[in-house]
Amino acid sequence: MQKATIQLETLTCPSCMQKIDSAVKGLDGVDKDSVKVMFNSSKVKLNFEPEKISVEEIEKAITKLGYEVKKSTVKEA
Amino acid sequence: MQRFILSKKNQITLISATLIVVAFISHFGLGNIDISIWSLIIASLLGVAPIVIQAYQALKVKVVSIDVLVTIAVLGAFIIKNYEESAIVTFLFLFGAYLEQRTLNQTRSAIKELTEMAPESALKQMENGEFEEVEVDEVDVGDILLVKTGAKVPVDGTVITGEGHINEASITGESVPVGKTKDSKVYAGTILENGTLQIVADRVGEDTTFGKIIELVEEAQDSKSEAERFIDRFSKYYTPAVLIIAFIVWLVSRDIELAITILVLGCPGALVIGVPVSNVAGIGNGARNGVLLKGSEVIQFFSKVDTMAFDKTGTLTVGNPTVAETEYYGENINEALGYLASVESESDHPLAKAVLEEIGNIELSPVENTDVVKGGGIVATVNGHRIAVGNVKLMEQENVELSEKACSDIKRLEEKGNSLVLTAVDGELKILMGVRDQVRKGVKEVLQKLKALGVKNLVLLSGDNQGTVDLVARELGLTEAHGHMLPEDKSAYIEKLQAQGQIVAFVGDGVNDSPSLALADIGIAMGSGTDVAIETSDVVLMNSDFNRLPHALGLAKATASNMRQNIIIAVGVVIVLLASVFLSDWMNMSIGMLAHEASILVVILNGMRLLRYSLRK
Repeated sequence: MQKATIQLETLTCPSCMQKIDSAVKGLDGVDKDSVKVMFNSSKVKLNFEPEKISVEEIEKAITKLGYEVKKSTVKEA
Repeated sequence: MQRFILSKKNQITLISATLIVVAFISHFGLGNIDISIWSLIIASLLGVAPIVIQAYQALKVKVVSIDVLVTIAVLGAFIIKNYEESAIVTFLFLFGAYLEQRTLNQTRSAIKELTEMAPESALKQMENGEFEEVEVDEVDVGDILLVKTGAKVPVDGTVITGEGHINEASITGESVPVGKTKDSKVYAGTILENGTLQIVADRVGEDTTFGKIIELVEEAQDSKSEAERFIDRFSKYYTPAVLIIAFIVWLVSRDIELAITILVLGCPGALVIGVPVSNVAGIGNGARNGVLLKGSEVIQFFSKVDTMAFDKTGTLTVGNPTVAETEYYGENINEALGYLASVESESDHPLAKAVLEEIGNIELSPVENTDVVKGGGIVATVNGHRIAVGNVKLMEQENVELSEKACSDIKRLEEKGNSLVLTAVDGELKILMGVRDQVRKGVKEVLQKLKALGVKNLVLLSGDNQGTVDLVARELGLTEAHGHMLPEDKSAYIEKLQAQGQIVAFVGDGVNDSPSLALADIGIAMGSGTDVAIETSDVVLMNSDFNRLPHALGLAKATASNMRQNIIIAVGVVIVLLASVFLSDWMNMSIGMLAHEASILVVILNGMRLLRYSLRK
C-alpha cells in the first residue's frame, strides 16, 4: 500500500469535491476509506495498491474531470 | 475541446455579458427584436457550454451537481423560448463562480502565506565537496547543506560550522533573531538574517517542525465538524431531490416556467460553502497570530468552554523565587548590602540565590566564623561586624530590636506570602527582604480577559504544596486551586469536571501532562514547536505565549458565531425564495439565480471578516 498526496489547481466549488471524490473512489486499487479531498488546500490524499494502479492513472482520472494536477508525492504507507 | 472551453470560462462570461447588453439596447433602444433575440440565443449557448461540460462530468461519476440543475433549467427556458432568462441565468451562474473564486482566494490567503514560507531549494554538498543548488525534496537526512545570509533554512538540522542570527518567526512567532553557533539546532522555514552556516540535515520535508505545522493547518482547515458532515450528506440527496420535485411540479402543473424556476432556486450553494469559509478564515487568522486551531470541531468546543485548568504553578508564575519587596532601616545601607551579599554568597540556599540576584554586582568581603543556625539562618563575622541573616526567629535569638515600622512591614510581607530574609548588623536591623515566586507579567490581565470572554471557572492543578498554590490563586483571583497533584490526579480531576457536564480546556506544556491534554475537551499546548504537544493537543500556542490565550478563545468564539450566521443566511435565503415562488408573482429564474449567487458572496464576505478579527482592548 502506498500513500499519495496530489496537489490540484485551486478548487473553488464544493461540488468539485464530490466529483473528484466519486471519481477517485471508483478506481480499482484505491482504498476507498482513505480518500480525502481537501477543499481549502486543494489536495487529494489517498492510499492505493501499486500492483493494481499507478499514481499516473489516478492523476489521469482527475485531469479528465477538468482539474489540473500540479504535483504529486508518493510515500510508503 | 472540453478543457479549452473550461479554461476560457472568464472570457465566455465577458462575451455573454456584452451580448446581453447588446440585446437590451437593440430591444428597448432600437426596437429591433431580431437582433435582440439572436444575441440572447448566442449568449445562452456560449454561457451554457462550460456548465454542460461540468454537468456531464459530474453525471459520469454519478453525482447530481448544481451544474446539472442549471443545465436542465436552461434547456427548459429554451423549450419555452424564454431566451432572456436562459442568457441571464447562465451569465449570473458563471459570473458568480468567478466572484466566488476571487473571494475564496482572499479567505485562504492567510494560510497560503504560511505554506508559501516553505523552503524550495537548498545548497547541498555534493560528492566532490562543492555546494550545488538542489530542490528541497532531494535533500536526505545526513546531507550537509550551506545556508547563506538571507536564505531560508531548508530542513531541521544542526549547525556544524559558522555562526549567524536566525529569524524564527515562522516557527515560534517571535521575530527577534536568535544567535546560532556550532551544535545549535536550526529549523526549516526560518530565515538566516546574517552570517553563514553549514548544517547537517536531521529531519527533512514533512517531518520537519515547519512541515508538521503546515500539515496540521491544512488538515485543520479542511476538517469537518459533525454539523458539516450532516450538511454534506444532506446536499448529496438534496440536489437530486430538487430535480425530482421540479419534475413532479411539471407533471402536475404542466408549467415549465415554474418547474425550471424551482430548479434554479433549489441550488444549495451558500449552505455548502458557508461553514467551510468561516472555518478557513478563522484558522487563517489564528495561524497568522501564533495560534493553531485544529479544525472546526475544536472551534465549536473551544467556543463553549466553561472551565479552564492550568497545569502547574509555573504556567502562571515565573517559576523561581525572586525578591518581591525590600525595606531598609537606619543608615549605612550600602555597607549592610555588601555584608548581606558576602554572607549569602557562601550559602546555597534557594533564598540566598534570589537575594544575590536582587543585589547584583557588589564588592564582597571575607566572611569568618560562619555559624548556620538550623531553621533560622546564618550568623557570621564580616570586617569585624557581627552579621545575622535569617528569619524573625533568628532575630529574636540575636536580641535584635524590631521597631514598630519593622513589625508592621514584616506582618504585611508575610501576609502576601513572602519568605522573609532579615539582615542585622551588630544587633541592629538594616534590611528586610520579602522573597516569593512571582506571578508572570500580564497573567492577571490575561485571566481577566478570559473571564470577560465567558470562562466561568479558572482552575489551577499543581504539584506544588497547597500553601503556595493558595497564594497564587488568591493573587490571581482563580476560582479553584489544588496542590499536591500528580499527573494522574489532574486527569482524574478533569474527568470529574466533565462528569458534571462542564466543557473543560486544559492548558499545559505537554511534557508530562499528555493524558490531561488528550482527555480534556480542549487540550491547549504551550509548545514552542515541541512535537508531543503539537500532536496531542487541539490548540497550540506558538512560542508558549500565554498572552495569546484570550485571542485564541475570542477567535474561536467569533468563528463559531460566524458559522452560525452563515448557516442562518443560507437557510433563510432558500426559505424566502421557495416561499416567494408559491406566494408571489414576481419570482422568476433570473431573480432566483441572482439571489442565490448573492447569498454565496454574502457568506464568503462574512467569513472574510474573521481574517481581520482581533480582541478589543
